[in-house]
Amino acid sequence: MTTTEMQNLTVQVYQVFIKATPEQIWDAITKPEFTERYFHGVRSDFDLRPGGHYRQTMGDTDQLATQGEVLDADPPRRLSHTWTSLYDPEMAVEEPSRVTWEIEARDDGTALLTVTHDQLERAPKTAESVAGGWSYILSGLKTVLETGEPLAG
Amino acid sequence: MVTYSGRMSKDEDRVFKALADPTRRFLLDLLFQGDGRTLTELESELEMTRFGVMKHLRVLEDAGLVVTRRQGREKLHFLNPVPIRLIHDRWIDKYTERQVSALADLKTKLEETG
Repeated sequence: MTTTEMQNLTVQVYQVFIKATPEQIWDAITKPEFTERYFHGVRSDFDLRPGGHYRQTMGDTDQLATQGEVLDADPPRRLSHTWTSLYDPEMAVEEPSRVTWEIEARDDGTALLTVTHDQLERAPKTAESVAGGWSYILSGLKTVLETGEPLAG
Repeated sequence: MVTYSGRMSKDEDRVFKALADPTRRFLLDLLFQGDGRTLTELESELEMTRFGVMKHLRVLEDAGLVVTRRQGREKLHFLNPVPIRLIHDRWIDKYTERQVSALADLKTKLEETG
């Protein structure tokens, strides 16, 4: 996919139903032992206060994959943080974008998880990169929570 | 009461049904090219009444393939590719994997006899 084929990626919205409680989904988003099983192997680390740090390291290394700042944390319903991709030098110099996770319990034992990645106007390379990744990550998150197994491969 | 497995196959039914229509696939392609569009913008790309486009968008929304967001007075439509990813993981991976291993078996067989 080239940038000319995919335009206007400045707001991206992803949704998935997961058979889990909002608390379980919250833990899967915020705890490194969960994220490394579905999020390209990275470990997420949050200081869940406004202004607190957010960072993702690659596996057991200290190498940063992404980082940002927590804007808003309302467990287990809403988490918003800034995002800078550090896994590519051209993306690392782009302006921070914003990721918001919203969890909404349903009465059938499932919850709807919505991820909005926006404020990508000054991060076109990041926008293109994450557009291919979020559905893969959310599909993996669903699999981890519903089966306890990470996706094969 | 709908059980979860029942609900899951219902969700899949909705996705397959939504994808089984050329106009709806065209709408998804439009959103892929330019996400976050209004009904008016989408309507201008189709030879169809506004009501017809609305009906198709509703089917896509029910299948989870389109998510709407309010922005001021406008309702924007976003492509949600996650249900397609789930179908891919559930159906496509499974069968293509077998094909690949069948080819690998064939290769082994041919090399044994050759």
